[in-house]
Amino acid sequence: MSKHHVTTTINGEPTEYLCEAQQTMLDVLRDELGLTGSKEGCSSGDCGACTIILDGSIVCSCLMLGVEAEGRTVQTIEGIADGEKLHPVQQKFLEHAALQCGFCTPGLIVAAKALLDTTLNPTEEEARYWLAGNLCRCTGYDKVLRAVMDAAAEMRGEASA
Amino acid sequence: MPRVNYEAPTSVDEAVKVLAGAAGLAKVLSGGTDLLVQLRSGRLKPDLIVDTKRIPGLIGIKEEGDKFVIGAATPGAMLSDHQALEHAWPGIVEGADLIGSTQIQGRASLAGNLCNASPAADSVPAVIAARATVVIAGPAGRREIPAEAVCTGPGRTSLAKGEFIVEFHVPKPKAHQCDAYLRFIPRTEMDIAVVGCGVNVTLDAGGTCTDARVVLGAVAPTTVIVEDAAKALIGHKLDEATLAALDAAAQKACKPITDKRGTIEYRTKIAGVLARRVAAIAFERAAAR
Repeated sequence: MSKHHVTTTINGEPTEYLCEAQQTMLDVLRDELGLTGSKEGCSSGDCGACTIILDGSIVCSCLMLGVEAEGRTVQTIEGIADGEKLHPVQQKFLEHAALQCGFCTPGLIVAAKALLDTTLNPTEEEARYWLAGNLCRCTGYDKVLRAVMDAAAEMRGEASA
Repeated sequence: MPRVNYEAPTSVDEAVKVLAGAAGLAKVLSGGTDLLVQLRSGRLKPDLIVDTKRIPGLIGIKEEGDKFVIGAATPGAMLSDHQALEHAWPGIVEGADLIGSTQIQGRASLAGNLCNASPAADSVPAVIAARATVVIAGPAGRREIPAEAVCTGPGRTSLAKGEFIVEFHVPKPKAHQCDAYLRFIPRTEMDIAVVGCGVNVTLDAGGTCTDARVVLGAVAPTTVIVEDAAKALIGHKLDEATLAALDAAAQKACKPITDKRGTIEYRTKIAGVLARRVAAIAFERAAAR
């Protein structure tokens, strides 16, 4: 069983790798490419810790095969900051202390960033539904929501709450 | 996960060829949100995975004359974003949109939900209630069958070796026709239906029902078209007597199991309650157009 040669774009960089058909995108990111920011929580698409952005949509990288990335555009938590400059969502997670153990944080930040790519005016209810696929077992959801809503306000050019 | 072969054909003919020619079990990959979980758990051990998403037309929604043509692998997020479809059949979009999280919506498809063949599949009742058909490609060419003819039991379909769903054909609504879908779960999000119900009704100008389909999910081995529930609606306005007849017909059609989500008695009672609520929404929408 030969390996598949995949040519794709990850965090803006043209990327090539070899993978076996049964390797998930999460396996490829972590084990082949050393991008260990995406986490493996449940491996069944329930927890969202492995969330990536695939051609503009968030998906669970544990429910996608590495070979499926051929010709696609992938963004991971490693590509959310602009060099040393944190994305507003990342900055607000720090300011609001919106994390405890941190395991769910990469997935939450990627999912929240994707929400703010689609709208800078989410209602809190919309943000809660959007993030319902990201589980935090420290149950720190309230601070997460405050951070996301504050990041949206900042990106709209409003003064910080 | 165990070793497997992977093909990503770029035409329907090529896909049929690799599916039909597979030495062992071949599985079609659309969004993969069920398939990959089953691979990892060891419940399925396919020799070949055939990814259909590179085939032109498998992802996308077109309007062709009096129908919508929905590519089999079109993800749920794309259904929700399609304004004409959402306006025509809000119930179909509601059902598909209830499947999983935003992440799952980025991948999960109508064909995957139908062919995974769970009795609790959320997108299926409203699709059947709209009298949608599916176009199936296979070694003997193409055939078109009603959506309800695909699932034959939990995890089982009528598709033969080498066959796969290419697209869904959903007729556009007639005057004063609309649909709705609700499912009951013990919380607000991210669960599997205890009962699901899709209702599609056509009214006359005075609000009397002239045609109806009532479809229940999660109360039998497959999705159930409840003929007697449709009969309870046709010829009537939505008064209490009609709702009571609908409720009774829906309950009578249930052959559920008891599991952690609900007992036989509970599911049966909920089926009647849901049928009432969904019919009320469908009637209101149909009357408003």
